[in-house]
Amino acid sequence: MIVGLEIDGAGADPAAWRGAEVDPRAILTGELALRAVQRAEAAGVDFVTLVDALEAPDDVPDRVSVRLDALGLAARIAPLTERIGLLPAITVTHTEPFHVQASVATLDHISGGRGGWVAEVSSSAAAAAVVGRREPAPAAETWREARYVLDASRQLWDSWDDDAVIRDASTGRYVDREKLHYVDFESPTFSVKGPSIVPRPPQGHPVTAIRANTPDALEAAADAEVVLLPDPDLQAITITRLRASGAGEGRAPGDCDGLAIRHSGPLVLVSVEVRPHVDGVDGLVGLIEGWAAAGADGVHLRPGSLELDVPVIADQLLPLLRERGLVGPAERGGSLRGRLGLVRP
Amino acid sequence: MSKQIHLAAHFPGVNNTTVWADPQAGSQIAFESFRQLAETAERGTFDFFFLAEGLRLREVKGKIHDLDVVGRPESLTLLSALAAVTTHLGLAATVNSTFNEPYELAKRLSTLDHVSGGRAAWNVVTSWDAFTGENFRRGGYLDKADRYVRAQESLRIVRKLWDSWTADQLVLDQAAGAFAREGAGAFADEGAHFTIRGRFGLPPSPQGRPVIIQAGDSDQGREFAASDADVIFSRHGTFEGGKAFYKDVKSRLPKYGRTEDSLKIMPAVTVVVADTDDEAIDKAAYIRDQQVSGPTALVLAELLWGRDLSAYDPDGPLPAEDPVVGSSVTQGRVGYNDPVPIVAEWRAQAEAHGWSLRQTVINQQNRQTFIGSPTTVAEAVNHHVQEDAADGFVLVPHLTPSGLDEFVDRVVPLLRERGVFRSEYAGTTLRSHLGLQA
Repeated sequence: MIVGLEIDGAGADPAAWRGAEVDPRAILTGELALRAVQRAEAAGVDFVTLVDALEAPDDVPDRVSVRLDALGLAARIAPLTERIGLLPAITVTHTEPFHVQASVATLDHISGGRGGWVAEVSSSAAAAAVVGRREPAPAAETWREARYVLDASRQLWDSWDDDAVIRDASTGRYVDREKLHYVDFESPTFSVKGPSIVPRPPQGHPVTAIRANTPDALEAAADAEVVLLPDPDLQAITITRLRASGAGEGRAPGDCDGLAIRHSGPLVLVSVEVRPHVDGVDGLVGLIEGWAAAGADGVHLRPGSLELDVPVIADQLLPLLRERGLVGPAERGGSLRGRLGLVRP
Repeated sequence: MSKQIHLAAHFPGVNNTTVWADPQAGSQIAFESFRQLAETAERGTFDFFFLAEGLRLREVKGKIHDLDVVGRPESLTLLSALAAVTTHLGLAATVNSTFNEPYELAKRLSTLDHVSGGRAAWNVVTSWDAFTGENFRRGGYLDKADRYVRAQESLRIVRKLWDSWTADQLVLDQAAGAFAREGAGAFADEGAHFTIRGRFGLPPSPQGRPVIIQAGDSDQGREFAASDADVIFSRHGTFEGGKAFYKDVKSRLPKYGRTEDSLKIMPAVTVVVADTDDEAIDKAAYIRDQQVSGPTALVLAELLWGRDLSAYDPDGPLPAEDPVVGSSVTQGRVGYNDPVPIVAEWRAQAEAHGWSLRQTVINQQNRQTFIGSPTTVAEAVNHHVQEDAADGFVLVPHLTPSGLDEFVDRVVPLLRERGVFRSEYAGTTLRSHLGLQA
């Protein structure tokens, strides 16, 4: 089983920031997130997702109503970690596809091939109003556009061949321009000429995840490499469906260290809020075993409190899962794609 | 008391200044290169580290320009990573105000300021051309005349968002369960280019407002800098040119109610240091020779002439034709507004010295600003600053990532001895390094 962990403020529990163990200022310096990611990495968690949206969090006085840009926070964490994948949420509805793909490619470069993103849309009027460029669109429409953005991003990551930089002193050429490609991408709402400004990312394609929390998102999730399924009740049906429709980009069944990959669609992870410092880990181990048996490829844990629950996940849950042969060794290096059993395109 | 010098490190970019073919030249994309240059700059107690921006690969005669460095990382992501491996160095990102939205810029720059402990800077640049626009949703939609209107409005809104929380609105009272006051960060604005409203989700960052850098040189650009910038990244590195620019821009400040020390003028300069002045002169000539190959000389001449000059021999005489104004032979870099007098000057110099086209490019365009022994360079740098040709410099090294080693190891100690440059950082924020008000 793949294990992912979500970083969101002080944790998924809206009251987590009030705990005596939390220094709320550390939410804004990024230190709270950094500590949680380092703990998770040491325990062998495969990747973290960092929550974000274009608009600010809800204006509720007793909740964490501030949020750092997830991409900037992930980049701040990258040099201080070595093995864990970093997937910030990035919205595509009111942003520029060219910038989005360049940022994710840069995250992949600075992390040595551990970069990815959770592609999100902005369907709300609040998000549309902070940019003021387009009218808000329904979710179906924004997810349709998101699929074009994913496609354009991958084409732009491929717009530099891996060996485009030749540094040929004899001819004075830094690049072989035959290995740089215009993408001439056209969609109903945007076009991009290319090539990208950023050389090809170390992973070829950084890992794209989608949070399948609506029917429209689930539809688009067929284009992702990792699908985060938030409703365990639906999982059996959706896992089957995703596998039927998924392009399964870059999957190589069976080549993942410590994991048995049995299918070719996107990786499907059950996403759940957990509070093991209150509930213990035994019940959670049982649930995860059940999801594994139902065909899930992994679990995406949304800890109630980063300060209280991540240490329990790291010190108790992961060792138990490892004992049962459900997760691989903690010390695995290499790229995130390699860790997840995805081939490099 | 002597004026204090300000220094910045420019990561070698996509101009022919960068000698990528040298055996010592390292990767232009590996994080390690950026980390090394940043660590060198921080060891030298520089004010900030500077990244330029590219939004489309350059083209010459319809093909991607392949003679210089091509490609680079996205600035804000890279600088957020550098924040993790440095402690005091300012982190300056060049980001285009035409192809980015103010809300997003405010959020990303505020994030960099929060996670770096107050070290973020934004070099506000503008572009308007359809060539760059082909990579973006809006395309090349902006009139050239409108670019500063949009840039100024964008900056005004970005600042409004940074100022959208009052100091007492972030409460953080855990016992009472009060994180922030309701309504904190609310904003609305309506201008010629933007109509936006909502809530800004970040309280004031350590600097309050990240530092604003401006690089425009036109009358409009200078006025923008005088009204809004904290630092000017200028192209006037010569003593006389620097003095004229300095006087011009500083004289524009009073009408905006600003004092002279509220705007630092930092020309981009190149430096060659060796044991003796003579050795430095030889080394500088060698570097210029590396920077301007025959094909590169032709491309640079094409940028000036606005014509296809591929029929010319770079080792022969200058082209006989007159330059074309407003040509698109070269795309994706700043051209010449008025090439005619520059061509005339090149011709005069070539004739006087018997220079070939390549020799003319080398001598007219690529002469380094400061060349000499450590003492010579330290004295020249200090002289420029004390005589108001600059407040400091943005150093553009020719080698990645070792290009500032000699300056930091050999020139910086001499500046410190003279009491004109810090030996250690007095504060933690970039505003503090630059002596700007918070």
